[in-house]
Amino acid sequence: MTMPFYVSPEQLMKDRADFARKGIARGRSVVVLAFEGGILFATENPSRALHKISEIYDRIAFAAVGKYNEFENLRVAGVRYADLRGYSYDRKDVTARGLANAYAQTLGTVFTTESKPLEVELVVAEVGATSAEDQIYRLSYDGSVADERGHVVMGGQAEQLAARLAEGWSEGLGLAAALRLATTTLGGVGTDGGLLAAGSERTIEPAQLEVAVLDRTRQRRAFRRLQGAALTAATAESTAGQTPSDTPSDTTTATDTTTEGQA
Amino acid sequence: MTGSGRLPDAFLRPGSSSFADFLAQQAPELLPGRLPARASEGGTPLAPHATTIVALVFDGGVVMAGDRRATAGTMIASREIEKVFPADEFSAVGISGSAGIGVDLARLFQLELEHYEKIEGSLLSLDGKANRLGTLLRANLPLAMQGLVVVPLFAGYDLDRGIGRIFSYDPTGGRYEEHEHHGTGSGSIFARGALKKLWKPGLAAADAVRVAVEALYDAADDDSATGGPDPVRRIWPVVATVTSAGYRRVPDDELADVVTALVAARTEGGRLA
Repeated sequence: MTMPFYVSPEQLMKDRADFARKGIARGRSVVVLAFEGGILFATENPSRALHKISEIYDRIAFAAVGKYNEFENLRVAGVRYADLRGYSYDRKDVTARGLANAYAQTLGTVFTTESKPLEVELVVAEVGATSAEDQIYRLSYDGSVADERGHVVMGGQAEQLAARLAEGWSEGLGLAAALRLATTTLGGVGTDGGLLAAGSERTIEPAQLEVAVLDRTRQRRAFRRLQGAALTAATAESTAGQTPSDTPSDTTTATDTTTEGQA
Repeated sequence: MTGSGRLPDAFLRPGSSSFADFLAQQAPELLPGRLPARASEGGTPLAPHATTIVALVFDGGVVMAGDRRATAGTMIASREIEKVFPADEFSAVGISGSAGIGVDLARLFQLELEHYEKIEGSLLSLDGKANRLGTLLRANLPLAMQGLVVVPLFAGYDLDRGIGRIFSYDPTGGRYEEHEHHGTGSGSIFARGALKKLWKPGLAAADAVRVAVEALYDAADDDSATGGPDPVRRIWPVVATVTSAGYRRVPDDELADVVTALVAARTEGGRLA
């Protein structure tokens, strides 16, 4: 009979983390950023049916990178969690914080007890009545939760792209400006997966993009996909630079943020 | 229901897109109509009873309307109960019968459709929705046998065919497609009589709303359990239209005008009805 080799817990956890990280870095990035009218999600995804971004509840959305079957399973669990909670209590009692906790526990348990960690990274975001009340939670394969302010990049070359996104992001962006920032950030990676220099990003066709927003102004279900003609129009507007139609929304934003800043 | 712990295995199990099925496994006590059945027939007069709902098709959609009264025996339990709800963006559901169970049934049905839509990423067909409501209703059969009957009416815009359609139900969950117009509830005999005379093919949306309000007015005239429009408290029926543009609840000021015109027309020549 052979004795199993001793593996220290540190080594075991490190191996699992490396394994999960490698899986997550393989795919394309997802960008999540807050703008004046809500929260924008964008990723490069040619498929019209297999989504990386989806609706969980009235004000809550979900974005994921990594293995499709694993995050799809988590997404369905999230929808069930939210619907059951809303049905047992009230629609108002379903919060992104509760869902993020449930996901964190699930990811953490799988990471430590099962033979293979989940190769996924998630964002659970909730849009509030004002931009100060927006919540963005980022969950890692090991169950760690980060409460992010304003913007997140995950998957692919996440670290480098996050730095670029942070540079371009400011509070109170309009939708067009936010979409422009998101597509430029995503275009920072070449088709071969290599990083492109800032300023020479590739342009991504609207048909290759999966874009959705949690729209603060919508009555009940805030989640809205931007696709087809709506997305083409929005990207055309955003690539046209500081178009006049951009300006009115930006002006209202400016006043909004000032009042918030004073409060 | 779990608090903040790990998601239970049942949540992560791949399976059906039905919220009702999930609820039956996870928390069956929350399903409407899953109360222990008793042999006696005591509960009926205690539970508020919701009454008349009408629906009729018009050119490019369907309109559904319900009065605002709930009764408990000979008492008026509520003057402003709402019995017509959006089931989803392209359909409406109205309930008559036992109010508490009916409202819960409508809530579960709304969630059922939304849950399917979120998980599958597409809408159910109108027939699929109508069948689903029948299945949910069948779960209430034991209580229906004791007198806590719920009879919904379902209407929606069929996106594939481009027309409005109406479905009626019996307490056992039987589903029947109705043509042109239909009504349920205690005042429906009178409302359906009125609809027969007032409905015409190719009605416009505004005319259809007027016909629906007039049918309810006739029902309230002869049925004590149906409430008429109340100009003193400014309580109007709930009227909703469903077209290719989606569900729209007709606003109160529009209904006030419809009711004023209706009352004026009926007062003409001292008809007094």
